[in-house]
Amino acid sequence: MTNSWNDIKNTDLVLIMGGNAAEAHPCGFKWVTEAKANNGAKLIVVDPRFTRSAAVADVYAPIRPGTDIAFLSGVMRYLLGNNKIHQEYVKAYTNASYIVKDGFAFNDGLFTGFDANRKVYTDRSSWDYELDDQGMAKVDETLQDPRCAINLLKTHVERYTPEMVERICGTPKAKFLQICEMIATTSVPDRTMTSMYALGWTQHTTGAQNIRSMAMIQLLLGNMGMPGGGVNALRGHSNVQGITDLALLSTSTPGYLVLPTDRETTYIDYMKSRAFKPLRPGQTSFWQNYEKFFVSQQKSFFGAAATKDNDWAYDYLPKFDTTYDVLKMVDMMAAGQMNGLFCQGLNIMLASPDKNKVVTGLTKLKWMVVIDPLETETARFWENHGEFNNVDTKSIQTEVIQLPASAYAEEEGSATNSSRVIMWHWKAADGPGESKSDMEIVSELHLRLRALYAKDGGAFPDPIVKTTWNYTRPHNPDPQEVLKEINGYALEDLPDPADPNRIMLRAGQLLPNFGVMRADGKTAGGMWIYTGVFTEAGNMSMRRDAADPTGLGIHPNWGFSWPANRRILYNRASADPDGKPWSEKKKYIWWSGSRWTGGDVPDYAPTIAPDKAVGPFIMNQEGTARLFARAAMPDGPFPEHYEPMDAYIANPLHPKVSTNPVVRVFAADAKSFGTPDKFPIVATSYRLAEHFHYWTKNVHDNAVLQPELFVEMGERLAKAKGIQNGDWVEVSSQRGAIKAKACVTKRIRPIMVDGKPCDVVGLPIHYGFVGFARKAHPMNVLTPSVGDASVNTPEYKAFLVDVKKTTPPAQPAVA
Amino acid sequence: MAVTRRQFMKVSAASLAASSVGALGFVGAGDVLAAGVRPFKLERATETRNACPYCAVACGVLIYSLGDKSKNAKSSIIHVEGDPDHPVNRGTLCARGAASLGYIHSANRLKYPMHRKPGSDKFERVSWDFALDRIVKLMKEDRDKNFIAKNRDGVTVNRWLSTGFFGGSSLSNEAGYLTYKFVRATGILGFEDQARI
Amino acid sequence: MATLQSLDIRRRSASTEAPPQIRQQALQVAKLIDVSKCIGCKACQAACLEWNDLKQEIGYTDGTYNNPTDLTPASWTVMRFTEYEHGDDLEWLIRKDGCMHCDDPGCLKACPAPGAIVQYTNGIVDFVSENCIGCGYCVKGCPFNVPRISKVDRKAYKCTLCVDRVSVGQAPACAKACPTQAIYFGSKDDMIVHAEKRVTDLKSRGFKNAGLYNPPGVGGTHVMYVLHHADRPSLYAGLPDDPRISPMVGFWKGVMKPISLAAIAFAGVFGFLHYITKGPNEVSEADQRKGDELAGGQTNSRGHS
Repeated sequence: MTNSWNDIKNTDLVLIMGGNAAEAHPCGFKWVTEAKANNGAKLIVVDPRFTRSAAVADVYAPIRPGTDIAFLSGVMRYLLGNNKIHQEYVKAYTNASYIVKDGFAFNDGLFTGFDANRKVYTDRSSWDYELDDQGMAKVDETLQDPRCAINLLKTHVERYTPEMVERICGTPKAKFLQICEMIATTSVPDRTMTSMYALGWTQHTTGAQNIRSMAMIQLLLGNMGMPGGGVNALRGHSNVQGITDLALLSTSTPGYLVLPTDRETTYIDYMKSRAFKPLRPGQTSFWQNYEKFFVSQQKSFFGAAATKDNDWAYDYLPKFDTTYDVLKMVDMMAAGQMNGLFCQGLNIMLASPDKNKVVTGLTKLKWMVVIDPLETETARFWENHGEFNNVDTKSIQTEVIQLPASAYAEEEGSATNSSRVIMWHWKAADGPGESKSDMEIVSELHLRLRALYAKDGGAFPDPIVKTTWNYTRPHNPDPQEVLKEINGYALEDLPDPADPNRIMLRAGQLLPNFGVMRADGKTAGGMWIYTGVFTEAGNMSMRRDAADPTGLGIHPNWGFSWPANRRILYNRASADPDGKPWSEKKKYIWWSGSRWTGGDVPDYAPTIAPDKAVGPFIMNQEGTARLFARAAMPDGPFPEHYEPMDAYIANPLHPKVSTNPVVRVFAADAKSFGTPDKFPIVATSYRLAEHFHYWTKNVHDNAVLQPELFVEMGERLAKAKGIQNGDWVEVSSQRGAIKAKACVTKRIRPIMVDGKPCDVVGLPIHYGFVGFARKAHPMNVLTPSVGDASVNTPEYKAFLVDVKKTTPPAQPAVA
Repeated sequence: MAVTRRQFMKVSAASLAASSVGALGFVGAGDVLAAGVRPFKLERATETRNACPYCAVACGVLIYSLGDKSKNAKSSIIHVEGDPDHPVNRGTLCARGAASLGYIHSANRLKYPMHRKPGSDKFERVSWDFALDRIVKLMKEDRDKNFIAKNRDGVTVNRWLSTGFFGGSSLSNEAGYLTYKFVRATGILGFEDQARI
Repeated sequence: MATLQSLDIRRRSASTEAPPQIRQQALQVAKLIDVSKCIGCKACQAACLEWNDLKQEIGYTDGTYNNPTDLTPASWTVMRFTEYEHGDDLEWLIRKDGCMHCDDPGCLKACPAPGAIVQYTNGIVDFVSENCIGCGYCVKGCPFNVPRISKVDRKAYKCTLCVDRVSVGQAPACAKACPTQAIYFGSKDDMIVHAEKRVTDLKSRGFKNAGLYNPPGVGGTHVMYVLHHADRPSLYAGLPDDPRISPMVGFWKGVMKPISLAAIAFAGVFGFLHYITKGPNEVSEADQRKGDELAGGQTNSRGHS
């Protein structure tokens, strides 16, 4: 989230699209009901189904799954065409006025530089600004130049008329326009809109661009960096924010640093591509500090083994040739290219699309280790559960070791919520049986592997045997000691830059903030963005002062919000270029005459005066936010509507480039996509308020509250197929078929797409063959193994199926 | 619901006598007027502050356990409710959080390391030492055989692709950090969590 | 400790003896269920099951979001989902159902078992299970069809308004858990003031018939609803438009009570003697039919979709 859960109460308008906060995040959703009850806010819900969020909305509009960009581009067209943008904000704080290179163009669904053979944009050099002879981006502050980013954007979205939105999305034109008008009311300085989204936007082949579309709208409206504004990812697991920060991700290292690629053969090459020279005069370009963060991290990981002479142990890091994301790994498994797999709290058999492909993959492994507090389908993929998991147990040669992990209540440590607030939790009791904490399990594995390599040698033992593991209790480290390592500390006495005779930090002292990190090996710090969480003043994540002095829901002394305890990102943009709040009502931080002040930590150097014209978006080389994304996205500098891979219609905008042209499709999956002649119904998947992923089917009360898999469908479809409420239905896709009970509802409303009626069905993801809820076919049998062009998030939210009435599933003889 | 007259009569025979005659004043009035309100079950239970394990709202929870953590009292969790001080949830919990006691005590919690041999139709209980030593042996065998020190162009790449690691997004930050160090030091690139699925 | 003293009882069932009446200043408590804020997440159901240590059997889906599909001896509250279509508009009306804690409780009036149903001075109506004889008269007496009789122990059960929590100064488990403040708990006066504010907000959003449901036919309730359509409570899965205590209960109370009490005393004494001398009793078919008529009515069909 750019803002926070509590900040939602400050908003005037909530747009829930690409998510279902009432269902998936009820306690966070409370801040929507607070904004409605106490701030007069309105709630808009745009969703294929009339959801629990819609139940309390002021306006609901249906949309066909997978068409959000068309809708949002239509909103942009409305805002630009009716001059409902925050002019001064857009001019000062975005790249609206920047002049884009002449070579850049968009024709028939393709941006410049497409390589039709490789299906990637191999030449993205034109996706950039014209530079002057100083290497600075050229701008036209009058916005008259047709090559200004905002003028190119206007041209780009011109095609998304309300009629086109209705044709693609199935959203009735009048509803769409009503929503545009409501959104447009927040273009004034004293009103803001908040965007709340989750997997409904990410789980598409255009996922990242969905979110980017909303970011662009919020920039046009002047709602970024503002209280009650922002683009807010609600997020799934209790510490998915922390674990993302910590980079349990193929090509990342903690704190949004990136592993080297094959092309970065030396440390010098690696750092050269991370110079981040400012693109406008005097800008901060904060990533220029990259090397300080990287070197400090290597010192944390490898201690004395990381030296200037060995380029800070650069070669200890694996270099990547491609991203080994979940889909890629499953594809490799299914192709027999992997031997071993760990599943630590991730039930891959249900979590990855195309369940049959996953099972094929697991079957080809030599061994698998499952570390989990609960039984999972993954740990028991080799068990025959009748038609729910019809495998030949004897022929499966995978060796499986299942380790019992303790759970949250049985251990202490910190976790980071989706507002980026790091909070400590304490242990209440021991785990059951012989369960051990993940920290202990991982430590034992590391130490035993390390001992083997120290004793017997083997392939490149250095990074294993030289990893720092000097904890007081190495087999089961104290979490506070580990959090200190993440925060970082001085390795030598550090002089004060302002007064070299004074020692700022003694060797061994904890770093107060990431500003003191160094690239010379004199500081260590596992993850720069968390620096400040554990200082000489103590463990900030344990802070429990709930006071809210400004009344804006900042709660500055509750836990620690990364970075630097900042609660709203880009908050410099809440003040105008002169440093005055855009409006008294939305006053957040401002220039006092000598420094930036207010209730939050400024997202800005605190003493840079407004007349220095340093932009508020300090992480960008321009200092401004990007309406035009340059080459940062693989599928274009502007969002464009592409049909889901299971395409319901030919894309009306460019039928020859119907789906996202740069989506990665594995050879094994080339024939796995469905077409509307065989599968004429649009399907989506979702979560229920009563369940959490695949865990709570193991909880009796949650199984009581939603006991069984169902497929939700509108009355028109049910009638056409002769299906009654509660009937058993076969749902089939190109990948496979499952059975589910029919839930016939008025809440899936008839829509017209491209001139014909479109039926939508939805399936909750929560069911499987393990747990107390009724045994069910895992619904990921149906979903396609293909992901977003930017980050490979699977397309769970839009695929094609057919439905027909059927008989109940046969219950397996043996449980 | 079938409550039959017959049953009523049976019950009246078995248990009504004392109470109904009480109403007619056959026993002391004070005895029957005292209402049996269930005692407040958290009276002196130990309260521990924690966070809900499910979604990323990460609501604050108060976990109540049996015993006062003294030497001879084994803590066992009896109740979970929202932490009223927590700025985000302010004491509230959703249907998942409010039922999370059932997760803590789920009959499907894992208690012991288990081992499934190739082709077997069952898990067999093993010791931690067996399990951990077996895992690192399997890791080392695969890594030593398939580690890629240099790519085809002779560039040092130091990666291991034939084993993968899916980590969990419900780990604490500290467990996640140790997991990162453990996994990345081996050169594994197939290293993911729920963040992008 | 959580045991209320006898002086905190306002009324008790089938009792000729009035409880002490000296405590007149007790705070009247109430739970306000704001249907317009309810997202149907079932946190209240989960919190109720957990706090009260109730184990509801796992059922099946019937193609709706209603689970369990009805109140049961172990499910003292359930959400009832209604899809209300009018013109182009659709509303998903979600009502938390359970005991209304009537100020004039029909269950208590109908109950023949002394002290099996009590009303505390704070307004909570509670079943004292030890005294319950499982006859089912409370079911007939309840205008909201709430109590359920267990097949296991033949006792009636319903929401206690978490009297064990309230008596030590805590809110009921459901109210505390509710993520959106669709359940609010406090003094009845405060809840009425809060409801007025909510009604104003709803009217500003176009719900011109928004209002408070605090039905006078049962003397008002200690569980009240804010409804968007207060003119049509029955839209909300059959919430009674004008609930009143069944005339049969009035008859039973007014005319029959002395006779019945005597009969019960006789039945009790006789039954007890009979039981210890001859073993279990037998009842004629006619007796049973009469009893069923009186105890029936709890299988009313409820609108849920």
